[in-house]
Amino acid sequence: MFAWLRSRDAAALADEPRSGKFRWFKTREGAALTDPLFKNNPIGLQVLGICSALAVTTRMDKALVMAVSLTFVAAVSSFMVSLIRKYTPSSIRIIVQLAIISSLVIVVDQVLKAYLYEISLSLSVYVGLIITNCIVLGRTEGFAMQNPPLLSLIDGVGNGLGYGLVLLIVGFIREFIGTGRMFGNQILPTVSEGGWYVPNSMFLLAPAAFFIIGFMIWFLRIWKPEQQEKD
Amino acid sequence: MQVNSVRYTLLFATAVCLVCSMLVASAAVLLRDRQHANQLLYLQKNMLQATGLVKIGDAISDAEIRRIFDRYIRLRLVDLQTGEYVEHPQIDPSRYDQRRARADPAQSRAAPPNLSQIKRIPNLATVALVVKDGEPVQVVLPIEGIGLYGTLYGFVALDRDLTTIRGLAFYENRETPGLGGEVDNPKWKAKWPGRKAFDDAGNVRISLVKGGGVGPPKEDPHHVDALSGATITSNGVTRMLHFWLGESGFGPYLAKARQRGGP
Repeated sequence: MFAWLRSRDAAALADEPRSGKFRWFKTREGAALTDPLFKNNPIGLQVLGICSALAVTTRMDKALVMAVSLTFVAAVSSFMVSLIRKYTPSSIRIIVQLAIISSLVIVVDQVLKAYLYEISLSLSVYVGLIITNCIVLGRTEGFAMQNPPLLSLIDGVGNGLGYGLVLLIVGFIREFIGTGRMFGNQILPTVSEGGWYVPNSMFLLAPAAFFIIGFMIWFLRIWKPEQQEKD
Repeated sequence: MQVNSVRYTLLFATAVCLVCSMLVASAAVLLRDRQHANQLLYLQKNMLQATGLVKIGDAISDAEIRRIFDRYIRLRLVDLQTGEYVEHPQIDPSRYDQRRARADPAQSRAAPPNLSQIKRIPNLATVALVVKDGEPVQVVLPIEGIGLYGTLYGFVALDRDLTTIRGLAFYENRETPGLGGEVDNPKWKAKWPGRKAFDDAGNVRISLVKGGGVGPPKEDPHHVDALSGATITSNGVTRMLHFWLGESGFGPYLAKARQRGGP
């Protein structure tokens, strides 16, 4: 039942030969940071965190704040879980991880309310729901429990970035086609304001995000056939 | 001690809880002032949007909101039963918290049965006058009432005839996003200015009706188009307007102000 917690990427992280000029990216740390972007994207391959990816991608500013929040929570919680992993009794390890994750999420929520009030209103419950975001718990249980703190921190950042990358692409497509805007700035003048662009508001509805994410996964798997699942 | 022994597990759990609760508590305490300032600013912005002093959807800096607010808005306390302005030596209108007063039996009274599910009415209410060139030209009244999932809190701005609506804004709602949550939609809010809250006999007439208020305010002065897919929220808005503009709400105040010829 909890197979996804010990996700299939543990093998992918093992040292396989890599080519390229940037040596650091060949190290374990480098792989932990860059693999989640395309090779092992939490949304694209592991199909985690879909719920919030539908809900917060109608505007790019919301998507960006959500991505930064999740990256922070994933990174710091992975670090802290890894720090105490050898002292954590295995019988209560999930609840310990959840306590750490939820405390960090509350801190993020409070910070957003103090510094980005109106965005925090529009993100409403979704910041709180980072607690239940499978990506975070998946990384703490699947990675941080077995790896040293610094590596776990980098892994958390990498997965947050992988999630954020998808969020921003989806947010860009939805906001641009749905309202003709980017980060709230009007790029295409809409008909209602005397321009020529007729916004397609279907893109502001949740199904549009499903379609976009579906197409992205499709293209990703054409590009990287090894991600295709065998029947 | 064994990592998996019961005693160690309990101790470990306690330690984790302590550290986590300290983290949460310090974040909440350290950021409280800033959050309150943000809430206040958001309230002021909504109030200014209801009056039309700030256009909805305009990007506007915090400093600009404070400047416009300080320049045009004068807060006054009103005794809801007598309808008179009150100069209370101990209460500063800008600090008076109507929601807190409502919960205090000494500062409130039980509300008559009403459809907005308002249990208690505060004795004193804050109204905001929009003052231009020394003359009050509009008055903003706080309103609240039940929608579908929770209480909506907002403002309604009336012209100096105390009948014509200049706008309304809700700064807090729990309605379904995209349906009842559309009380925040600028296009829907744009249907309000110019509608008449009262008929010539002084009865509250404004209501949200499906397909109502399609024409300009002159042709259909008492109706505003209801929110599609949100009948209960729409009825909630109608009911709270009827309650707060009526006898148990600001009715006495509005009647006296009309006699005086302005707020």
